[in-house]
Amino acid sequence: MAITSTVSADGNQVTIYIQGRFDFSSHQEFRNAYEKLTKAPSRFRVDLQGTSYLDSSALGMLLLLRDHAGGERADIDIVNCSQDVKKILLISNFEQLFSIQ
Amino acid sequence: MNDLRSLKILVADDTDTDRLILETIVRKEGHQVFSAKNGLEAVAIFQQEHPDIVLLDALMPEMDGFDAARQIKNLAGDELVPIIFLTSLQDTDSLVHCLDAGGDDFLSKPYNRVILKAKIKSFNRMRGLHNTMITQRDQLAQHHQRLLQEQAVAKQVFDNVAHSGCLNASNVRYFLSSLAVFNGDVVVAGIRPNGNMMVLLGDFTGHGLPAAIGAMPLASTFYGMVNKGFSMSDVLCEINKKLKTILPIGLFCCATMIDFNFRRKRIKVWNGGLPAGMIYRHLDRSVIPLRSTHLPLGVLPEKSFKDDVQLYDLDEGDRIFMWSDGIHEARNPAGDMYGEERLLEVLAQANEPAIIFDEILTSVKNFIGSGEQDDDLSMIEIRMDAPEHLQHPNHYFVHQQQQLPVEWELRFEVKPTSFKSFDPLSFLLNILTEEPDLRSFSGSLYTILAELYSNALEHGVLGLSGDIKKSPEGFAEYYAQREKLLNEIATGFVHIYFAYSSNIDGGSLTLRVEDSGAGFDYSALQGKPLSTIGYSGRGIGIVEKLCKTVRYYGSGNKVEVVFAWVNDD
Repeated sequence: MAITSTVSADGNQVTIYIQGRFDFSSHQEFRNAYEKLTKAPSRFRVDLQGTSYLDSSALGMLLLLRDHAGGERADIDIVNCSQDVKKILLISNFEQLFSIQ
Repeated sequence: MNDLRSLKILVADDTDTDRLILETIVRKEGHQVFSAKNGLEAVAIFQQEHPDIVLLDALMPEMDGFDAARQIKNLAGDELVPIIFLTSLQDTDSLVHCLDAGGDDFLSKPYNRVILKAKIKSFNRMRGLHNTMITQRDQLAQHHQRLLQEQAVAKQVFDNVAHSGCLNASNVRYFLSSLAVFNGDVVVAGIRPNGNMMVLLGDFTGHGLPAAIGAMPLASTFYGMVNKGFSMSDVLCEINKKLKTILPIGLFCCATMIDFNFRRKRIKVWNGGLPAGMIYRHLDRSVIPLRSTHLPLGVLPEKSFKDDVQLYDLDEGDRIFMWSDGIHEARNPAGDMYGEERLLEVLAQANEPAIIFDEILTSVKNFIGSGEQDDDLSMIEIRMDAPEHLQHPNHYFVHQQQQLPVEWELRFEVKPTSFKSFDPLSFLLNILTEEPDLRSFSGSLYTILAELYSNALEHGVLGLSGDIKKSPEGFAEYYAQREKLLNEIATGFVHIYFAYSSNIDGGSLTLRVEDSGAGFDYSALQGKPLSTIGYSGRGIGIVEKLCKTVRYYGSGNKVEVVFAWVNDD
């Protein structure tokens, strides 16, 4: 399974893990990870530790998550990016929209 | 100690009445008594019965007490068999003579029962302590023996892992004492596919096994990556990440890493926490220190790790010296440390560059003199030389691929029957990253390929419009339509063409993608800034940033991009 997620005990934070290539093929799983929760979390973490590559459709999916999480008010950390992945995120100016670590 | 236990006591006295009195006293105390009438008998009974304590008259026929005491002590070996001399002699010389012969105490005649009882008790207690000490001594010796064996095996494993590289190349000299290995010093050197030599000298904090064990992952990471051609910052980042993950807080590795480009006579230096290495320039005999500008490896998390390096242009025959703090901290009998000033002094006095290495070692050894021999020294010297002069049994410093230009072309077509099931991206990326020069760009190459192929397939062959993706529902709808169309598609193509060209200074990869679609009006597209809004439409913007050029041809169904790189190391 390319996408897994965990929810904190109080239900306020969800962490989504993406393994391997992050592209449109996992978009349904990616949406399920945050849309089908009983309680809407206030904080989101996208853990890209296991992500080898991404393309622009993955960027679209991150923006979908951001809008779902409240757009400008969204609290989303993108963590554990490899150099390659970080490069693509920075080229796309995503550091203006997300906290990238 | 159970001092109430019944002991075996040997009583040797040639006077029957004296012996009888003693036997009676001792037996009354609950001990088992063996009697001898002279020294010979005493020794014979001792051999047979192994008594715990011996009461020995000094003057006896056949063999006197002194000879018997010597023989009994000899027979007892490591075991403590207390010998108490029974004597009517009172002069100092005689009493001293008793003790010299191996006696532990003496008891004057006539016997005082209370004192005898107390002495037996006291000596039995001493026997107990002695036995405990002997057992522990033997255990310690065993442990020590096992430790030495384990260290010998560990050293061998360590050598196989750490020294599998090019430390025996013709321009390298190194000294790594065995104690230094177990104090966590490590020296590794390897040749990159482009002929550069990479050397790392590390010094783990702490001592012994915990410090030495970190050298293993360091060495295997180093060799794995250097052989594959990764850059110095890639190797440093990876080692730092690995050590940060596996080492406990407080254990880390001070290290200097140098990348030697023999072709350009240039070195790149990264020093995190080690004493400054030195460049010795043989033309003007000047010395340039390579000071630490970073934190040691294994301290910082990946994201804050700094990999910036210092560059130095050298001449053929210049020498680089690196050392751990073993040299600086070597002490003379007065307790002074050797220190950097003495090192600089040796370099300043040097007349013959080729023997500086030996002069430093000699100077340090003379300084230590009769002081505590720590034997904890690590030092390495590397000479800048022309690649064609360098020799090593298993390595080549002049790499064919690097010397000669490489050019190839590849044409690739995805047929309509395979659009649904076949993923050309991994397939093509695997081919591209077979080129050593392209390996470090796999992330960028994947994104470029993925964008161009998705555009060709989705907008070209399938005729999907990106406009659908404007809402979250549209995003899902777009990929649902994509899936549906892929199931129906029976015609069309995507042509992919690669032209690769590289030489010693760098290279370029030209990628042309042509699809069977109708194309689009690209006149308005080029030069448009990358938007951060909308779920789609940023793919080609990313490609433009990653590539040197992006051009559209024909009706817009053909795109050509050039990805270029420069070999600066």
